[in-house]
Amino acid sequence: MLAEFLQYLFTGITIGATYALIALGFTLIYNASHVINFAQGEFLMIGGMATVSLTAMGVPMILAVVLAVILAGILGIALQRFAIAPAKQADVVTLIIITIGASIFIRGIAQIVWGKEYHVMQNFSTDQPIEVFGAVLNSQSLWVLGIGAILVVGLVLFFTKTLIGKAILATSMNKEAARLVGIRTQMVLMLAFMVSALLGSVAGIVVAPITFTSYDIGIILGLKGFVAAAIGGLGSGVGAVVGGLSLGIVEAMAAGYISSDYKDAVAFSMILLVLFFMPRGLFGAKVVERV
Amino acid sequence: MLNTFMQSRLRGLIILALILVILPAFLGNPFHYELVTQMAIIAATVVGLNLLVGFAGQISLGHAGFFGLGAYFTGIATGTYGWSSVPALVVGAIAVGAIAWIVGRPILRLKGHYLSMATLAVGFIIAIILNNERALTGGPDGMPVPAFEVFGWQLSTFGSYSLFGMEIEGFQAWYIFASVVLLVAVWFALNLIESPIGRALRSVHGSEVAASVVGVNTAKYKSLVFVISAIYASLMGSLYAHFQGFITPAVASFEFSILFITMVVLGGMGSTFGVILGAVVLKLLPQVLADFQELEHVMFGLILMLTMIFMPKGLLPTLSAFVSKKMRKKAGGEA
Repeated sequence: MLAEFLQYLFTGITIGATYALIALGFTLIYNASHVINFAQGEFLMIGGMATVSLTAMGVPMILAVVLAVILAGILGIALQRFAIAPAKQADVVTLIIITIGASIFIRGIAQIVWGKEYHVMQNFSTDQPIEVFGAVLNSQSLWVLGIGAILVVGLVLFFTKTLIGKAILATSMNKEAARLVGIRTQMVLMLAFMVSALLGSVAGIVVAPITFTSYDIGIILGLKGFVAAAIGGLGSGVGAVVGGLSLGIVEAMAAGYISSDYKDAVAFSMILLVLFFMPRGLFGAKVVERV
Repeated sequence: MLNTFMQSRLRGLIILALILVILPAFLGNPFHYELVTQMAIIAATVVGLNLLVGFAGQISLGHAGFFGLGAYFTGIATGTYGWSSVPALVVGAIAVGAIAWIVGRPILRLKGHYLSMATLAVGFIIAIILNNERALTGGPDGMPVPAFEVFGWQLSTFGSYSLFGMEIEGFQAWYIFASVVLLVAVWFALNLIESPIGRALRSVHGSEVAASVVGVNTAKYKSLVFVISAIYASLMGSLYAHFQGFITPAVASFEFSILFITMVVLGGMGSTFGVILGAVVLKLLPQVLADFQELEHVMFGLILMLTMIFMPKGLLPTLSAFVSKKMRKKAGGEA
């Protein structure tokens, strides 16, 4: 009984931590530009796939990870610079469609470069699982949680202690005012996309040994991250983390106790419940608009 | 006189009808007819979706869910339970409309793009149910659907019919049927836009706050148009199921929802004829790109991005602005 419950809980927290990182990526870009970036999942895919193929070429793991993260960062900057920035007068809807186009484009290239097969990534450390009260904990889960926690703390410090972080916050609060006090908002937007891509790619790399990776893994992971962000209240950092973890746990419990066929339906039912009963999400700010 | 005709509200509808009449001269084989018939059905769906996107300013990321629900309702009711086509189509549309109302009513009270999240979720849930309820839907393998039938008279792509003394094949009959459906769909949409409901909606799109200040019940109108657009999707899904004769859960997939919304944005949000062009272009694109199989996705993504970056208003509005600018220049030069 307890073992079973713990097993589902471990699975849930692990995948939930990944969702939280994706949701943070959505939140960052949403706050900076009000764009829902449907290419967010592709950053995960690039992170995982690039690491796998670089290690296969004989590059040491740590270097492969660093290179993959840098590649994703460049992609994030390119996405903002070449796809979002040129369409500055466009509707938010148009911008969202641009990110959808970008995700199809990136996926298409990944399919040409890496093929359609699933790729396996080695665990970072031992393959030996850890036993806790009868439940089995994959050592990789600890990596996911540890790195996830480090990233969240890092982000908090970045936004509260550094000038660049504060500039991003200022831009997200009021773009015009930020520009007036001398913040280069275009630069800030580019940074937001880059940081978001870095987060996504790291999430994609740490979770790859558990879920495997393939060119199309970004679609569903990206959507789950979006759901997590919406549950937490789109735009809230705390909400993204809480939303991600709770989505992961509820999903794992539902898959274990109810039906794994309907595992994915759980995420989407949760979003409906939240919208019906807590429309701003768990932590969404109350929006007061001046007319 | 020609001028007043060109200015009239029916101008576009008449041009569309002319195109649909002339088109068969360019269609060589049954495959062409099949493609164009699919285009007409999908274009009619998108005309409905455009009412929501273009006039209520809301996005639906789950319209394929409604389309798929209509298709499967028809498939199950006519195939498994032996209903006649029209009752199946109507009951399916009412059910889908009710779902849209239940989902839309609470969410459309909120400001912002919450409807896009809700519709995304609803679309996924519908697709998951269609995939998993194998006993009812045949699961991922899909299910066959009988031919369209009214009072014992069948419209099948394999039949042959006589129309005004002319012998025509089943696929040609379907083309005519789908063309009429598209024209009716457009006519209804144009009338809705010019009705008090349409005017209320445009005021909502312009400034929701101003609209509610002058007494427009914005939530009510937005829910109403969401329900109408869902019913459009359900009806067209039903017809699509009859036409194809076989359906799989792909008709309700997220990819298909994205395709619908892309047709609207690419063709031109708010332009009824623009979105038809969007449907035609995006339905033709895979045919054109079939030679570059490897590159199909890359090209599709690229075209999507480039059009949105350089023609954010959409194809038809951009083109017509370009043409009228040229014409004005020419007129100015002569004077």
